[in-house]
Amino acid sequence: MSLVLLIEQVLNGLQFGVMLFLMAAGLTLIFGVMGLINLAHGSFYMIGAFAAAATAAATGSFLLALAASLVAAAVAGAIVEMTVIRRLYNRDHLDQVLATFALILIFSEGTRWLFGSFPLFLDIPDYLAGPISLPFGIQYPQYRLAIIAVGLVVAGGLFALIAKTRIGIQIRAGESDREMIAALGVDISNLYTFVFALGAALAGIAGALIGAIQSVQVGMGEPVLILAFVVIVIGGIGSIKGALLGALLVGLTDTLAGFLLPNAFGLVMDPAAASAVGSSLASMSIYVLMAGVLLFRPTGLFGSS
Amino acid sequence: MRKETILNACVLLGLLAVPLWALSVDEPFIITLATKAVIFAIAGVGLNFALGLGGLVSLGHAAFFGIGGYTMGILASHAQNYAPLMEWPLVIEGTKSMPVIWLFAVLFSSLAALVIGALSLRTSGVYFIMITLAFGQMLFFFMISWPAYGGEDGLVIYVRNGFPGLNTLDPIQFFGICFAILCIVLFLVSRMARSSFGLALSGARQNEERMQAVGMVPYRLYLIAFTISGAITGLSGALFADLNRFVSPTMFSWQTSGEIMIFIILGGTGRLFGPVVGAAVFILLEHMLGGLSEFWHVYLGAILLGVVLFARGGLIHLVAGREVAHD
Amino acid sequence: MKLKFLALVTALTSVASLAQADVKVGMITTLSGGGAGLGIDVRDGFMLAIKQSGRDDIEVVIEDDQRKPDIAVQLADRMIQSEKVDVLTGIIWSNLAMAVVPSALAQGKFYLSPNAGPSQLAGKGCHKNYFNVAWQNDNLHEAGGAHANSTGYNNTFVLAPNYPAGKDALTGFKRVYEGGLSGELYTKLGQKDYASEIAQIRASGADSVYFFLPGGMGISFLKQYADSGLELPLVGPAFSFDQGILQAVGDAALGVANTSQWSKDTANPTNEAFVASFQAEYGRLPSLYASQGFDTANLLISAAGSADVADGDAFQAALKAADFASTRGDFAFAGNNHPIQDIYVREVIKEGDIYTNKIVSTALEDHSNAYVSDCSM
Repeated sequence: MSLVLLIEQVLNGLQFGVMLFLMAAGLTLIFGVMGLINLAHGSFYMIGAFAAAATAAATGSFLLALAASLVAAAVAGAIVEMTVIRRLYNRDHLDQVLATFALILIFSEGTRWLFGSFPLFLDIPDYLAGPISLPFGIQYPQYRLAIIAVGLVVAGGLFALIAKTRIGIQIRAGESDREMIAALGVDISNLYTFVFALGAALAGIAGALIGAIQSVQVGMGEPVLILAFVVIVIGGIGSIKGALLGALLVGLTDTLAGFLLPNAFGLVMDPAAASAVGSSLASMSIYVLMAGVLLFRPTGLFGSS
Repeated sequence: MRKETILNACVLLGLLAVPLWALSVDEPFIITLATKAVIFAIAGVGLNFALGLGGLVSLGHAAFFGIGGYTMGILASHAQNYAPLMEWPLVIEGTKSMPVIWLFAVLFSSLAALVIGALSLRTSGVYFIMITLAFGQMLFFFMISWPAYGGEDGLVIYVRNGFPGLNTLDPIQFFGICFAILCIVLFLVSRMARSSFGLALSGARQNEERMQAVGMVPYRLYLIAFTISGAITGLSGALFADLNRFVSPTMFSWQTSGEIMIFIILGGTGRLFGPVVGAAVFILLEHMLGGLSEFWHVYLGAILLGVVLFARGGLIHLVAGREVAHD
Repeated sequence: MKLKFLALVTALTSVASLAQADVKVGMITTLSGGGAGLGIDVRDGFMLAIKQSGRDDIEVVIEDDQRKPDIAVQLADRMIQSEKVDVLTGIIWSNLAMAVVPSALAQGKFYLSPNAGPSQLAGKGCHKNYFNVAWQNDNLHEAGGAHANSTGYNNTFVLAPNYPAGKDALTGFKRVYEGGLSGELYTKLGQKDYASEIAQIRASGADSVYFFLPGGMGISFLKQYADSGLELPLVGPAFSFDQGILQAVGDAALGVANTSQWSKDTANPTNEAFVASFQAEYGRLPSLYASQGFDTANLLISAAGSADVADGDAFQAALKAADFASTRGDFAFAGNNHPIQDIYVREVIKEGDIYTNKIVSTALEDHSNAYVSDCSM
């Protein structure tokens, strides 16, 4: 195991973490502002990827595809918020879990009905294809570096939005005191629709970005959804800063455990057995991380109790 | 009698009548479906003990369902292969006897619930939902990659386990066993809910400070409730494994946890018979909608959504009205 | 769940229906959710053959197992108990097959497998009424090993998901492969990001890569591999290169060698007619799953034409004779009722706008399986 390989794995973990952040940011915002658990967040990830694939197939432009993923997910988010989610804000978490679980069923099978049962095609644009040479002789795919960059830019933009803009002030006020903000004359239902659509759009663009290097298919959102929940729980629900830190932690833990554990077991076992045992433990690693964090900080790293 | 009591009696009678009718018209598959509904109802009653009474929203009860299932799978597979589970320091043989399997299923799932509960109950609210989910996922991935008992393939038990004096292969007799267990569980749960423990637990759910003020330790109450809840769900897992004569890691998946929760919400949270109604209706929907279209999940989703949005308090609430007290 | 397809009634009173009792077939396959593409292809291939046969005495009941083993078990119970089927078929996944098949056989039913071929059912668990019309699970991987040998690879990197079929796959490959291994990895089931694995392949000094990653896992791996700039030759079984998913992989799959017992361009009249009629009927090219469904139905039709399903032994012998025209050309059953067939190496090409495969060589001729001697029946 060389240092170069380790650096490459750290980059992979970082890229995975940044992508998770895009998913988790929306989830944690929606929980922070509206107090809603949204299991259907993975569906927006899927909608983004399908919208991007369909647009790329029609126009051949990757940038248009990304734009389409943002718009489609945001529109879907706004519609769902106005028709269904709005009725759930005053309900307990249980009702929210069931209602958004029902939305997953509708979105997944609805997408299959529209697009068929076979995976769709979405590819990296030519100008980002292939690897790039980094110091120490590392060959790393440009596209993954681009994902890291896009993710960090979006994270920066989100922090700026919340810290500097008028709507950010309203969001922060909404997090701390819902009655107060309504009393101040802010149209709370517009604010909620905006926040929900924003979260959905972030998930949508994550789906499109990842769809280009993975497979665009029905059900692609659920595994990511579970990971995004792990992220926001580790980070502290409602905290964007926590989501960023949690996403990077989960991304690095998952990647490095998957890489290091089989190697570690390889020192004492034959390679086939070591790989099997190592990857079994690695697949449990992030859940162990999450349980560990919650045991010591029951409201996550940045959560308020 | 209150409306809800009458309704409960009707539900039980209905659950009993359907398979008897199926027997008379020789439709054994309907008996199998009814058995599945009864088993899911037991799982739901288990979760409802923690959720309805204690307010503990666990999205990880698939862990106990799966542990119960695998207890059956592992014991029975050792028995069918005539390979002892352990030879040293003492010889432990597998078994094909249902009562023994149930005992171990309850034992192991309550132990697991005790450990998971002890750790998870340090958190609350959404964090509790998520940490129980995490424990469920941990076990799910463990079972998929643990090769000794079939991994993702699961374990096949060729012949249903035995119960003294009954022919468990006969669908109606196996239904009878499951139905009897459901009745016993319902009876015990309703007794526990009215006991001083149950009242204290309800009190803790409604107002934790007040309970602390009168000298109760909510953590301990919650932990006991969670353990009992896990044990009941574990028992249903063993029955489910026997219904299918098969266990696989899907029993541990988070969708299973979600389904058990759906039974409760569909029927009515905190109501003794909520999960029974919910499970029966869910199985009925699954069976009927599946025939409508390949895309029947869309309809299922729409119906569930409708229940949450427009039938607050679940189906029992629609029929029987406002909840009086947990009985 | 009552998608009943009754075979079309023929106008002719043909010789085929000469006093034969009706055959009732239960098909349990995956028609909804993520893996639906495979089940739909098997179903469509199967029903095409039934339709073309014009027989009115074969009734097929089709149910969706949602890829859940417990649902599959309950459907099998229902088909056996309520529908009183004679023959079961359709299951795609090995874990579902292991849940359903042994108990169906114990209840005296026939099972014809159009896809899954777990080693347990080929060896000690073999059964006279179980016929696999696709392949034993190891077969295509053994062909991968043979291909690696004949190409002269001797430092291959192998990877597969960490579940029983993944371990069987690499065992099958290594059974035939004679060179050394530069690495062996088991990935998480359902994993979609292979950056870490690709980095390890790059660092391992391998001269080639053999991978078994079915469905969406394979799509992801191929796209990421192509983008990584690694130029090592890839070899895999047909499951990551079937007609249904190639379009989603695109250029990343071009030129990749894959092993299959069937290809769109397998040269025989049955196959040419099948490809043309499947395309005419459903408006898409058939996949290997469709060909397996088609062959399974034709095997059944051939047996139903010469024996009465109520006479178990005669029907069993008629199935074993495999007296039907397979899309694969020569086809026979080995001692454990698994196919003896040629397995080819295909290469992914582009025909107009469509990505598809063409045969480049034969990896294994008249290949049977490694479990025949374990099977006593």
